[in-house]
Amino acid sequence: MSNAAEGEIVQFDNVGLRYGTDREVLSNVSFTLFPGGFYFLTGASGAGKTSLLKLLYLAQRPSRGAIRMFGSDAITLPRERLPALRRRIGVVFQEFRLVSHLSAFDNVALPLRVAGVAEREITKPVADMLEWVGLADRMHALPAQLSGGEQQRVAIARAVIHRPEMLVADEPTGNVDPDMAVKLLRLFEALNRLGTTVVVATHDVHLLKRVPDSLIMRLDKGRLSDPTGALRYPPRVPRPKGEAR
Amino acid sequence: MAFSLPRFVSRGAEAELIPQGRLSGPMPWVIAIMVALTVIAAAAGLAFSNTARSASDALTGGITVQIVNANPVERDRQAQAALRSLRATPGVVEATLVSQAEIDRLIEPWLGAPTAEGAIPVPALIDARLRDPVSGEMLGQLRRTLRDVAPAARVDAQSTWLKPVFSAIGTMRWLSIALVGVLAFALAAAVLLAVRTALGTNRETIEIVHLLGGTDRQIARVFQRAIGFDAAGGGAIGLALGLVVVLLLGKQFGGLGAGLVSSGALGWLDWILLALIPVVGVGLAMFTARQTVIRALKKML
Ligand SMILES: Nc1ncnc2c1ncn2[C@@H]1O[C@H](COP(=O)(O)OP(=O)(O)OP(=O)(O)O)[C@@H](O)[C@H]1O
Ligand SMILES: [Mg+2]
Repeated sequence: MSNAAEGEIVQFDNVGLRYGTDREVLSNVSFTLFPGGFYFLTGASGAGKTSLLKLLYLAQRPSRGAIRMFGSDAITLPRERLPALRRRIGVVFQEFRLVSHLSAFDNVALPLRVAGVAEREITKPVADMLEWVGLADRMHALPAQLSGGEQQRVAIARAVIHRPEMLVADEPTGNVDPDMAVKLLRLFEALNRLGTTVVVATHDVHLLKRVPDSLIMRLDKGRLSDPTGALRYPPRVPRPKGEAR
Repeated sequence: MAFSLPRFVSRGAEAELIPQGRLSGPMPWVIAIMVALTVIAAAAGLAFSNTARSASDALTGGITVQIVNANPVERDRQAQAALRSLRATPGVVEATLVSQAEIDRLIEPWLGAPTAEGAIPVPALIDARLRDPVSGEMLGQLRRTLRDVAPAARVDAQSTWLKPVFSAIGTMRWLSIALVGVLAFALAAAVLLAVRTALGTNRETIEIVHLLGGTDRQIARVFQRAIGFDAAGGGAIGLALGLVVVLLLGKQFGGLGAGLVSSGALGWLDWILLALIPVVGVGLAMFTARQTVIRALKKML
């Protein structure tokens, strides 16, 4: 890696976001994410965590500033090229957003089906994944028939089933007990070791300590502070991780 | 009135993206009614076209010469003279004297069977056929020619008698075509509304699929297919209904035994055209669905 810029997976430069004509909910946000990194995004409720993640998973365009993702300019990228980028990202939405008329199985299978994976190559991985999150016996249940924590686990299974290059999770442990929270964090770490860049938004400070190599971004009223200095822009090459690609 | 269509759709991803049935509702029935009305209107239009064509083929070149003279001997003499003169005129393909027996048969319903020869003075009739459609110029020329040999001759183009009938048929034909156009428009509008409603109720699903990397085409295809199946089922029912009505109407008109009506009978090409109506309907419905969905999706990031 001769040039640091080559290695970036995400780069925000002076990004601002406002909904409608309201005040900016994000201001002057600049940071860089590197492949294989494990990032936590913290901040009080209403600080703008979900808003920042929406920019990351391409559900929203910023009001100003520049965003580069996977080497493409995300601002000027034509609409038709967004689906291909989105398929490289796994998302756990804060409110889960499971498809209500589809079973747990079909919800988890959705990213594979959208990507055109053959049906016979879907059944086993999806069943394995549901087994892993402890929902093997709830495979055919509809989201409405699942508890909040079970829905959250389906949402996580759906986000990681297609082995995305980047995983974006918004409060992924908000509805599960501490044991399950630790277990899910282990899943994220396992994916991270396989090369997935992980971004987890949470206000659970206990979670932060559980991943030793993680970097922390803190949002305060729409402004990003960087307690470790690891994310500052212009970027510096991060401490290399053994198992990262 | 649950209307379930055969589910030979593959249980693939796209078939499952939006819940089946939510889209259907009254859609197949609306399409069935539209197609049935279109088939009837189109059948009427085709029948009127056929009538107009065959009638005009038969009549445009036809002229009738009446010899109006109370004296039967003089009448026959002038009739024979006129016949000879007509046959010698260039542009006249055929000229025949309508026999007395046929004239008697024609007037019998009005005047009763002839009691005695010559009791009622009836004009002699000559039926002639020209090579070209009758023009005013040609009529004038024939009248001048016949005036010398048969002063009692009255020359008329057969089509002039039927002009009001022709124009009525023409009007009906255009009306039918306009009706077919209006029905196609109404079908497209109904599909548009159904797709808009379906888009609204499935908005969350569409957004999720979108964020998971689903393309506009994939999502449009789901709706297109759902509408396509609705339209195919409705179209088949509509075609059957429409054909039953057309056949019944045809039978009734056939019973009248009137020449003009039977000349309007539908040919095999016409039946094929009618059978194509639901196919075009399905195509129109799917095209409308696709356009609606793609346009709605363009508003999302
Ligand atoms: N769609 C929207 N329209 C208008 N304002 C919005 C919208 N979404 C969020 N906001 C506002 O933006 C600000 C940041 O919201 P955001 O959801 O990003 O916070 P958060 O950090 O995720 O909070 P929480 O921890 O409660 O999930 C809030 O003041 C919120 O009211
Ligand atoms: Mg949030």
